[in-house]
Amino acid sequence: MKKILTCAVLILAMSASAFGAAFKLGGTAPLTGGAAIYGMSARNGAQIAVDEINAMGGDIQFELRYEDDTHDAEKAVNAYNALKDWGMQISLSSVTSKPAEATAAENFSDRIFALTPSASSAAVTEGKDNVFQMCFVDPNQGTASAQYIASKGLAKKVAVIWKNDDVYSKGVRDTFVEKAPEVGLEIVSETTFADGNDTDFSVQLTEAKEKGAELVFLPMYYQPASLILAQAQAMGYAPKWFGIDGMDGILTMEGFDKSLAEGVMLLTPFNADAKDEKTAKFVAEYQKRHGEVPNQFAADGYDCVYAFCQALTLAKATPDMDAETLCAKMVEQFTTMTFNGVTGENVKWSANGEVSKDPKGMVIQNGAYVGLD
Amino acid sequence: MIFLNYFISGISLGSIYAIIALGYTMVYGIAKMLNFAHGDVIMVGGYVCFYAVSRYGLNPFLGVAIAMLVCTLLGIIVERLAYKPLRQAPSLAVLITAIGMSYFLQNTALLLWSSNPKVFPSVIGRGAFKLFDGKLSVSHVTVLTIATCLVIMVILSLFISKTRLGKAMRACSEDKGAAQLMGINVNATISMTFAIGSGLAAIAGALLCSAYPTLMPTTGSLPGIKAFTAAVFGGIGSVPGAFLGGLMLGVIEIFAKAYISSQLSDAVVFAVLIVVLLVKPAGLLGRAIQEKV
Repeated sequence: MKKILTCAVLILAMSASAFGAAFKLGGTAPLTGGAAIYGMSARNGAQIAVDEINAMGGDIQFELRYEDDTHDAEKAVNAYNALKDWGMQISLSSVTSKPAEATAAENFSDRIFALTPSASSAAVTEGKDNVFQMCFVDPNQGTASAQYIASKGLAKKVAVIWKNDDVYSKGVRDTFVEKAPEVGLEIVSETTFADGNDTDFSVQLTEAKEKGAELVFLPMYYQPASLILAQAQAMGYAPKWFGIDGMDGILTMEGFDKSLAEGVMLLTPFNADAKDEKTAKFVAEYQKRHGEVPNQFAADGYDCVYAFCQALTLAKATPDMDAETLCAKMVEQFTTMTFNGVTGENVKWSANGEVSKDPKGMVIQNGAYVGLD
Repeated sequence: MIFLNYFISGISLGSIYAIIALGYTMVYGIAKMLNFAHGDVIMVGGYVCFYAVSRYGLNPFLGVAIAMLVCTLLGIIVERLAYKPLRQAPSLAVLITAIGMSYFLQNTALLLWSSNPKVFPSVIGRGAFKLFDGKLSVSHVTVLTIATCLVIMVILSLFISKTRLGKAMRACSEDKGAAQLMGINVNATISMTFAIGSGLAAIAGALLCSAYPTLMPTTGSLPGIKAFTAAVFGGIGSVPGAFLGGLMLGVIEIFAKAYISSQLSDAVVFAVLIVVLLVKPAGLLGRAIQEKV
């Protein structure tokens, strides 16, 4: 390991001297606090991409710096300012939606290009020409889920349980509920929870069961979802479960009884079991460094850096350009180029910063993700 | 039948609030101090129990015993380092220190055990008693929690009213200065209170995580605040009040969710709290103590 590191440092030093300085990439993420798992994953993924690109010794070299925002909007802006003082030229925005909404406004007024790995709320990119997303925007997840459920004939009667103090959950729920009648799904029960009463789901589950829901849609992160699955089993309720990208990670929870998640379906852009070379290489490297299978956040972080690399190469950008010049070039590239990464092939961006790529339907079988299609 | 189902859910949620509230109320009743770090001691108890049972394969009850020991020690250390030097300080300073201690414990837990949620192995399994041909089910954890609450309540009440140390505690609670003059070691008595409160927190932690099995560094903080509300509801300082307040809070929360709106359940809970406090400012079972001027 030490040898590899020394090599990497040497290569980095050599290439830096040969091609001048590196592009300074900065991002804020929750590295501590309850949402730290997402921040750590995204940062680790981005770091791997940076190291790989630097080790190739091409024209594009990166220097990556992450600051902690503890999933708090105010701290995120402070962290963003710290990065600006450091000389950040291109921004990785923030990892989670709430802080990203705050830092995106700064990105917009400072004219620093931003690509967020995973902040999926629509407000992050809305009205900002230089803020882009690598993940699906929330509304698309809701629409895609409704379409998927209907087209596969998974259920007619659907219950939705969502978290009403979370923009992510609400965004997905809103479009799901809107799309459902169009594709012939009947929403028979809709219940919520929030921070502080996210432990007991007996009411929500009883209602879904009484109303005869065949499928329960769970637009939320996996931690409350794991409680819902356990409590449903305890009360003998076994509908089909359908989650979104936040469900990713449920299988790696320490001590989690994987049989609870048997048959849970989810839409996600990233499948760590995919057999293509790019994914296999990334997953192997991530496992070597961090001892666990990367989740979708790590994959998004990884793809962000490669997308930067591609756009910078196409734009023939050099590290001595200032942030504003780079911003104009990057906006031009991102709205025209097509990117192939571990979270999707033929990825394109629209002018308002939203990404278009195909979600992959997955189902949990025998404690592992299996592609549905 | 659904009504009864909801009622049972309410009782099981409430019993968890009650057992946390017992520790809150006891420390407040004697030391006259809101220990906001109580919820985080619960979290530490949960983690110790988790490691003992999941990693080292110990018997769950032995795990709880170890957690109690660790939490008692932690309580003593916290009290010694953070609260004892502030014995003469204004109560606001102590309150802020307690909030600081709460964050300190949370973030230390984050460093030690990372933010990844862990799934707690239940101390008595996830079974349930089925009634009326399985239409109603009462989980074993709920029964155990209520039984534990009752046992702790009886022991605490006996301890406070019958033993010498309990007498000293009551004396400190009424008037620290006078107690000191009567030859009571006030410092040691208050330290003792914290030790007992933290030991109870470990039991609460194991039961909380058995009922709702995800364990994170923030696991204790929100239930801690709800339990604090329950303690105020029942009359802070009163041990039976904490039990009653906890159960009622749980039932109201579940009924509000079921019959009013799942979005507004917390608003309803706190509206009820406000009404109760307007009518009975000392809480349901609290005694209004008149200040002599």
